[in-house]
Amino acid sequence: MRPQLQQLQPKLIPGAFPARWLTVPVEQWVHTAESLREADGHLLALWGADERDRGTDFAIYAAVLKPSRLLVLELRVPALAPVFPSLTPVFPSAGRMERAVYDLLGVRAEGGDTRHWLRHAAWPQEEFPLRRDFAAGRQFPAMQEAYPFVRVEGDGVHEIAVGPVHAGIIEPGHFRFSVVGEKLLRLEERLGYAHKGIEKRFEQMSLIDGQRLAARVSGDSAVAYSWAYCMALEGLCGFTPSPRALYLRGLLLERERLANHLGDLGALGNDTGLAFGLSQFSRLKEDLLRLNAVAFSARYPMDFVVPGGVAGNVSVDSQRRLLEQCTALEREIGDLRDIYDEHAGMQDRFTGCGRVEPLLARKLGLMGLAARASGQARDLRNDVAIPPYDRLSVKTAVRVEGDVAARVAVRFDEALESLRLCRKILQELPEGPTHTPLPDTRAEAFGVGLVEGWRGPVFVALEAGPDGTVRRCHPHDCSWQNWPVLEHAVIGNIVPDFPLINKSFNLSYSGQDL
Amino acid sequence: MSLTGILTQLLGVAVAVVLAPLFLGWVNQCRAWLSNRSAPPLTQPYRLIRKLLHKDAVIADSASPLFRVVPYILFGAMVTAAAIIPSLGTNLPFAVAADAIALVGLFATARVFISLAAMDIGTAFGSMGARREMMVGFLAEPALLMVVFTASLICGSTALPTIADTLAGRSLAIYPSLAFAGVAFLMVLLAENARIPIDNPSTHLELTMIHEAMVLEYSARHLALIEWTSALKLFNYVCIGFALFLPWGLARGEENPLALLWALPLLVLKLLLAGAGLALIETVSAKLRIFRAPEFLAMAFMLAVLGLLVRLLLGS
Repeated sequence: MRPQLQQLQPKLIPGAFPARWLTVPVEQWVHTAESLREADGHLLALWGADERDRGTDFAIYAAVLKPSRLLVLELRVPALAPVFPSLTPVFPSAGRMERAVYDLLGVRAEGGDTRHWLRHAAWPQEEFPLRRDFAAGRQFPAMQEAYPFVRVEGDGVHEIAVGPVHAGIIEPGHFRFSVVGEKLLRLEERLGYAHKGIEKRFEQMSLIDGQRLAARVSGDSAVAYSWAYCMALEGLCGFTPSPRALYLRGLLLERERLANHLGDLGALGNDTGLAFGLSQFSRLKEDLLRLNAVAFSARYPMDFVVPGGVAGNVSVDSQRRLLEQCTALEREIGDLRDIYDEHAGMQDRFTGCGRVEPLLARKLGLMGLAARASGQARDLRNDVAIPPYDRLSVKTAVRVEGDVAARVAVRFDEALESLRLCRKILQELPEGPTHTPLPDTRAEAFGVGLVEGWRGPVFVALEAGPDGTVRRCHPHDCSWQNWPVLEHAVIGNIVPDFPLINKSFNLSYSGQDL
Repeated sequence: MSLTGILTQLLGVAVAVVLAPLFLGWVNQCRAWLSNRSAPPLTQPYRLIRKLLHKDAVIADSASPLFRVVPYILFGAMVTAAAIIPSLGTNLPFAVAADAIALVGLFATARVFISLAAMDIGTAFGSMGARREMMVGFLAEPALLMVVFTASLICGSTALPTIADTLAGRSLAIYPSLAFAGVAFLMVLLAENARIPIDNPSTHLELTMIHEAMVLEYSARHLALIEWTSALKLFNYVCIGFALFLPWGLARGEENPLALLWALPLLVLKLLLAGAGLALIETVSAKLRIFRAPEFLAMAFMLAVLGLLVRLLLGS
């Protein structure tokens, strides 16, 4: 008989984002996930924690995002037999997260891939960094370990190994292509080269300082991460920032989206050999960053969104200049879009390249911008319009083609929409304080933060320890979900189109390597 | 063999070897200006070569002696080619040894050696670049031959100096056959010199490279020679273009050696214009998907054949 979800009583997780908590017995773990998937739920994150100091063994958490709310499932795993049923058959994107849970915590998902994911022989196999008895800062001698890639057999099949060191200055990742001639049969990614123990580092920090680390998980999403972290922290102390602070956070998040979209549009032009596109979009991005430096005292405002509000205010003069820039950017982006749309050579490269069909996107749990280019109309700014987005009515950009051209079009649409939002925020900016000190926190309080970053949902789960310390913090980037989809997107394409397809996703290495 | 001949010959080769990096620098400068960037100095290619010559070479353990000698073979081949291309004057004693068909063969030889060197180390990139280069090469060569044949039908000779001399001696008239051949030649020039739309000389994306993928394993003096060779190859191609389609201003036959003094500034002027034109083409085009390269080169071949037919059937 199928167990009923209603038998379990979900608890409310306080905070800006509507979220609930459900402790699931192991025999219902997979069934619960299945019924959530059937109710249009997507796996948002999967992580674990060492709870042996409280005498309750290990805990595995799975955050499932239903269209308008979040459900955090908790599973208790006995320390003597640290295994739990794998969720990979229900949510394919769980695979790598489960491998990471084993590497960091030593709790194995039964029935999944048992290869290491984040552990690159930087610590011994029998050590697990996220266990509380593992002292941070320990040094181990360097080791080498082979990684068994999947081999493709057949006539004329050969492998091209790319990275982790690339010809350009980009983040490290290894790509193993199995090809026949120029045709790609299979791509296998290996990531984890940028693993730096962020989650362990959080546990040595105070709740307030944690924001600074969260902002640096993935530099291109600094505002999204710091906002998600602050949302989690403010939720667990039952605090709501002032309306002006929330509006300013929205302004910064939209400007971060703009900066990244402008950068990507230029880079996509450059990857088709059109250096003109790169120089034009770089110029626009530079204008944006310079005004950031004037208005928010930093080109990439990492520490502007802080617990309790924002660190700084926008002067009347900056407000006027920000508005002027919106108008100028709108015109220039429009002009460049015409050039991109009408350039036959460029459209030939974009169209039909790296296609992810909507059905596949849905099945694999693709998220964010890439999902919207494959017909998945999900945007947290619209689905769960938390303040200030409840007053802005965001228009979700959707394309159904799922190719590079669609991802370019979604970027253009979103950039223009962000400009509209920036203008609206600046025009309606409420008066009032920008920062209020947080009340004291209660140990063991749990909070979640979820923000639609430029790439897609950025999630932070935070548990407070005694005396305002972080007990456990898990930041999660939607790149975890999207990297495996890239492996599918390239199948059947030709080798020289891979960089273009990869760029059109532009996923985070640092955000997934942690 | 006259003194003027020897002078023309030596000066031509010296000018090619010395000016080639400068020409590349000019093209790069124009490309930067056209995309609203501030340009690197004109002498940047020389600085690159100088920097590379001062470095210690790193050579893969699996490299055979072939890998080490190939840069010298390539450079030698391009200098030899420069000796049979009339860039300043048509009185080239050495050019008797080789005609335009041999010249195409010389380029093919260079291609074979660079491809062998690329595969020598055994990396995936080297062989990937080599096989792409071969694909481009086997399509570009026939087109280039057809272009040469069109010109030689008009002039009755396959020797480049003779062709240039004959064409320069005629009164200014537009040959439809040469117009077709000219467009075809331009397409071959872009493909053979790893320029956009076939290849992108400034890319850092290793999976999209053709020429750059073949030379990824080279460093220091070897790489310096290869960079210099690439510049020289581009210079040679542009000078072939001048000899076939814009031969005016060359010092002809047994003229006074002073004619060379006129020929040099005219060559520089033509190079300035050609470089700017090349940069313009590269700026407005996107790189073709690699399987469009055969279509592009088939088009070049077809145009060249059309030029040939126009000449044969219509006599114009």
